[in-house]
Amino acid sequence: MSPTDSAGQGPALLTASNLQKSFGDHQVLKSIDLQIGKGQVLALIGPSGSGKTTVLRCLNGLEIPDGGSVCFDTGPSVEFTAGTTQKQAQVLRTRSAMVFQNYNLFPHMTVLENVIEGPIQVQRRKRSEAVAEATALLARVGLEQKHDQYPHQLSGGQQQRVGIVRALALKPSLLLFDEPTSALDPELVGDVLKVIKELADEGWTMMLVTHELAFAREVADEVVFMDEGVVIERGHPEVVLRNPQNERTKQFVHRLLNPF
Amino acid sequence: MDIDWQLFSDSLWPIVRGGLLGTIPLALASFTIGLAIALVMALMRLSANRFVSFLARAYISVIRGTPLLVQLFVIFYGLPTLGVTLSPWPSAIIAFSLNVGGYAAEVIRAAILSVPKGQWEAGYTIGMSRLTTLRRLILPQAARVSVPPLSNTFISLVKDTSLASLILVTELFRKAMEITAYSYEFLLIYVEAALVYWVFCLVLSAGQTRLERRLDRYVAH
Ligand SMILES: Nc1ncnc2c1ncn2[C@@H]1O[C@H](COP(=O)(O)OP(=O)(O)O)[C@@H](O)[C@H]1O
Ligand SMILES: [Mg+2]
Repeated sequence: MSPTDSAGQGPALLTASNLQKSFGDHQVLKSIDLQIGKGQVLALIGPSGSGKTTVLRCLNGLEIPDGGSVCFDTGPSVEFTAGTTQKQAQVLRTRSAMVFQNYNLFPHMTVLENVIEGPIQVQRRKRSEAVAEATALLARVGLEQKHDQYPHQLSGGQQQRVGIVRALALKPSLLLFDEPTSALDPELVGDVLKVIKELADEGWTMMLVTHELAFAREVADEVVFMDEGVVIERGHPEVVLRNPQNERTKQFVHRLLNPF
Repeated sequence: MDIDWQLFSDSLWPIVRGGLLGTIPLALASFTIGLAIALVMALMRLSANRFVSFLARAYISVIRGTPLLVQLFVIFYGLPTLGVTLSPWPSAIIAFSLNVGGYAAEVIRAAILSVPKGQWEAGYTIGMSRLTTLRRLILPQAARVSVPPLSNTFISLVKDTSLASLILVTELFRKAMEITAYSYEFLLIYVEAALVYWVFCLVLSAGQTRLERRLDRYVAH
């Protein structure tokens, strides 16, 4: 499905430097640096409100940072300034696609139509080709029976799998997941995590915001812990999640693992 | 009071015919053009450009803040002063289209705003431009939301077209007026006209219900 690289230390696919973002006088991102290698899985963790979603949105051009840059290995590369427009940030979406916490499927389209919309309308691919690929992708995630259903006829877990397939169908170099299982009933979380794990094993490059620390430990090559718009600690999952060096990381991980 | 049933039945077809050849085509043409105006006005109103948004606001305000009959008279009786003389039909179509444009603009604007922001972002993340997102994702969803209020606008329009009789358009009510001119049976004929309007509107309401039920199937609950 995607070019497999040795999971881990490929050449940097994406480099984000010094990302800054304020909403009014609330500085939400204070100089964020991130790098992700080809085929790598990066898990972004941190307390609610720490700026994780904003990071992903900046990488996808949905939010325009006040400063900093986002560069893909073979382009595009965007240098953000006060005057950067939506249009200029839009090029980032040729390389990455986002999977949303609440799916954001198109309610007026069937499952199949949701998936082929991007390939046909944006990438101008042949319909027959797009349908064939969408069919294969949907079968991969166990939704071969659901082509002609509408999103509201599906469970949350099924909807999120459609959301993932919709992103995959664009063949992006980088998949961005924003808490993909947070809106799901607990018994449906596993199905979605399983799909994400398979994608990781296939060599897709992914950045994943999640509170599922056990899952992060299993799939991630690197874990980045953020708090209040700053990267506090980063490193191998075994280190950051089992033996964090920073006091705030320790507290956060401890609280997630021992909620009571 | 004697009811002249003979006159009633003789008048029925001319009045209905006035509806079929006058009222309905006038309403359909004005509604179609009016919706196009409304869409443009709604988008202008939502524009980030303050001047563009102001223009749409002003238009909507004028249309909604002045009587339809006055708008009709300005176009038919007023414009000739400026050297623009239009015959009854074009005058009526222009006036009703502009009117629908003002009212439906607010309906469409509200419908566009009712589509969750996440839909725009989902469009963007699969690489769509603003315009493509609007066309493929936002408007189709907004259209479903706006069917009930727009159907009401259409039904109101069908009734409002009776005003066109005052600028000499031969529609349903004009026919009725012509019949009273020689029969002097004002009560009978005007009640008959009212009944015909009522039946038209009943049929339209039934159509509206069916349309809403069909569209409802695709709406997420
Ligand atoms: N569009 C916005 N306008 C104003 N404040 C925002 C906006 N988006 C996010 N924020 C604020 O930015 C902070 C970080 O938000 P977010 O990136 O969603 O954090 P996280 O995903 O880590 O929970 C929060 O305090 C949030 O209230
Ligand atoms: Mg978030």
